[in-house]
Amino acid sequence: MALLEMAGVSKAFPGVLALDSVSFSVDRGEIRALMGENGAGKSTLIKVLTGVYASGSGTVLLDGVSIAPRSPAHAQELGVSTVYQEVNLVPNLSVAENVCLGYEPRTFGKINWRKVNERARRAMSRLNIDIDVTRSLTDFSTAVQQLVAIARAVDREAKVLVLDEPTSSLDKIEVERLFTLMRKLRGDGMAIVFVTHFLEQVYSVADSVTVLRNGVKVGDWAVTELPRQKLVAQMLGRDLDEVPHVDHREAIGTDVLVTVESLGRKNAMEPISFDVRRGETLGLSGLLGSGRTETMKMLSGANPADSGVISVSGIGTRGSRLRPRSPRDSIRLGIGLCPEDRKSEGVCPGLSVSENLLLVLQARRGWLRVIRKKQADKIVSEQIERLRITTPDTRRPIENLSGGNQQKVLLCRWLVAEPTLLLLDEPTRGIDVGNKLEIRKLITDLAKKGMSFVFSSAELEEVVNTCDRVVVLRDRRKVGELKGAEVTEQNVMARIAEGEA
Amino acid sequence: MKLHPIAYPLIGLALILLFNAFFTPGFYALELRDGRLYGSLIDVLNRATPVLLLSIGMTLVIATKGVDLSVGAVMAIAGAVAALLVTDKVSFLSVSHSVLLVVLIALVVATFAGVFNGVLVGKVGIQPIVATLILMVAGRGVAQLLTGGQNVTFNNPALERLGTGSAFGLPMPFVIFIVVFVLIAVFVRKTALGLFIEATGSNAEAARLAGVASDKMKVAVYAVSGLVAGIAGVIACADIRAADANNAGLYMELDAILAVAVGGTSLSGGRFSLLGSVVGAVLMQALTTTILTRGVSPHATLVAKALIIVAVILLQSPEFRASFARRKHDPARA
Repeated sequence: MALLEMAGVSKAFPGVLALDSVSFSVDRGEIRALMGENGAGKSTLIKVLTGVYASGSGTVLLDGVSIAPRSPAHAQELGVSTVYQEVNLVPNLSVAENVCLGYEPRTFGKINWRKVNERARRAMSRLNIDIDVTRSLTDFSTAVQQLVAIARAVDREAKVLVLDEPTSSLDKIEVERLFTLMRKLRGDGMAIVFVTHFLEQVYSVADSVTVLRNGVKVGDWAVTELPRQKLVAQMLGRDLDEVPHVDHREAIGTDVLVTVESLGRKNAMEPISFDVRRGETLGLSGLLGSGRTETMKMLSGANPADSGVISVSGIGTRGSRLRPRSPRDSIRLGIGLCPEDRKSEGVCPGLSVSENLLLVLQARRGWLRVIRKKQADKIVSEQIERLRITTPDTRRPIENLSGGNQQKVLLCRWLVAEPTLLLLDEPTRGIDVGNKLEIRKLITDLAKKGMSFVFSSAELEEVVNTCDRVVVLRDRRKVGELKGAEVTEQNVMARIAEGEA
Repeated sequence: MKLHPIAYPLIGLALILLFNAFFTPGFYALELRDGRLYGSLIDVLNRATPVLLLSIGMTLVIATKGVDLSVGAVMAIAGAVAALLVTDKVSFLSVSHSVLLVVLIALVVATFAGVFNGVLVGKVGIQPIVATLILMVAGRGVAQLLTGGQNVTFNNPALERLGTGSAFGLPMPFVIFIVVFVLIAVFVRKTALGLFIEATGSNAEAARLAGVASDKMKVAVYAVSGLVAGIAGVIACADIRAADANNAGLYMELDAILAVAVGGTSLSGGRFSLLGSVVGAVLMQALTTTILTRGVSPHATLVAKALIIVAVILLQSPEFRASFARRKHDPARA
């Protein structure tokens, strides 16, 4: 019997079954990777285990004893400690205070600071971390803070350690240091659950893998018996032999519109180079966290790159080669971004459908050249008809619209400003099938008329069936480029899965 | 029943005026003396003017999801600068011969104070409440430093006229307010600035990605807030013929914020209504005047005022009205 056994765990939210009778286990001295795409149910499972969601059906056995964690603190008392992606320690306390927080050794009711520091020092040296425990936590990098979080967990006599995407903000050397630590803890007999998006990391540190998809467990494997390609296929839920029929336009002109040269951003994206041709839809494909969003954000100036340049043809000779520092820089070059997160980066709630739709165009015209009301009404009604946006009244706030209709308004926001290159980061996310197809059809039509797109989607099928060429990303770097007949789900998955080429 | 947002403060104002029509004799009496109107109504407008001016800037700042706590202190600075200049106490700047120049310099200083706030918020990224708190505290200190802790009195008819004179039969401060209000309202509503400000306050990141210069918008609204505070400060000091660094504009930022809230602009940013804030500021002054003339014990005045303001704010809150309506139509709860 494994140390931790979860069986038949289900968790429903209004309208969604986030976990459907999932079983999961991890044993002493085992590092088990938990993998899956967005919405697969990884974090829900972790939250049930760590008591964030108190009420879920199913059983959790720790060391053969049934447990029901009520809160993260309770879970910790039971022996399940969690280290999150965002370090959840107290930044302006010392390392030692953080390690012992809530469990300070006392003498006659008073905190014994000598013992606090001593204990923290012991906890750190047990993990071979050599730092001054009396210094404030903020003096150290995120990586070290994460190690401190782990030290705290270990000090609590944890039996199970859950690492929820601990590597997302770490660089390569820091990741290696973390892995060394994980291996050491495994050697000490700890059970480790490792949530990550990075394939490389699974193969370099984990013993076994559990894959979730849409709230259902797909399977358990030993890492050695699951080749990369198969892992990717399991996560995406596609059979490798399935070859969809697509009519790819081979005859994309050689007329290069935008050339991206080694655009990179430290700790976010390795330098990447590619070009976009006129009238082309270029796909960006890769797993979550592979750098799709980062690439688009660099290109649009939203998160400026710190190396590399882009050049745009047909925009004079001056200033056509630059590194965009703000969205306005990119917009001046004719590049717009329709962001992934509609709610936090797309809509202006409270403003009307019409105002939301005209925002980019008005910003481009400047504050003095106001779009006259008659002209505005004309543009808005044209767009509403063209994209079949369902709205009772364009003067009503945009948040009254459904997600799909909001997304269409955001698309129109850019289309009316006529950019030469539009970056679409998961434009079909979270909307219904009908709207998805309409949006893809619109993209294809506009591309035929000469507009260029960069398109990404979590659904491989969409990328393959919408794009003329596909740039494949893995672990924040470009690993391949497919064009014409090569653009198949099989090939994309193969590229995603490949080891260091 | 769904009313235009500005309807609620207007209803509140109407109720107060109605109350006075029945219970305060002579409230509506107007008298024309030396080409100038006198009466309770005029008094309300005149007294409301400083808050009216501040509330214009405050409305724009709040629309960007910010707040400007420093306006009271900026009033004190502007007043101090004007008083010092008009009495020629600044050795290197002898401009007392031209009141226009005096006022202009005071306003430039006030606008600069606003830009300082704006840069802290828009460019450096400090939280508005903290950023403007700096100038709220330091600004009054600067004003006290300028005046040496003394009231700087002056005797300059041209400057005094800004505070105590009249035009078109109305008090000069109120006329100045009308002019400033119309200019700024046209400036933001007839250009796209209003839209940019609302977009910035509604979702700053979305606005930035759409190409709106959200950071510049923020600097601009704080600059306007500083400018109108400067105007209010000059008027306040002209009114009493002295710069009083300790008391000029004291706590007035809170009245301005309240006027904006009562006027229906959400403190969480986005949509704003300049006219709503005007109604809000007038409503509050009408309320104060009414309470005072009713002979309510001075100790109870603030509490009475607060209760009525709470009522107005609850009335215009959609959530409150919704819960109220639900209760009425829900037989299970009735």
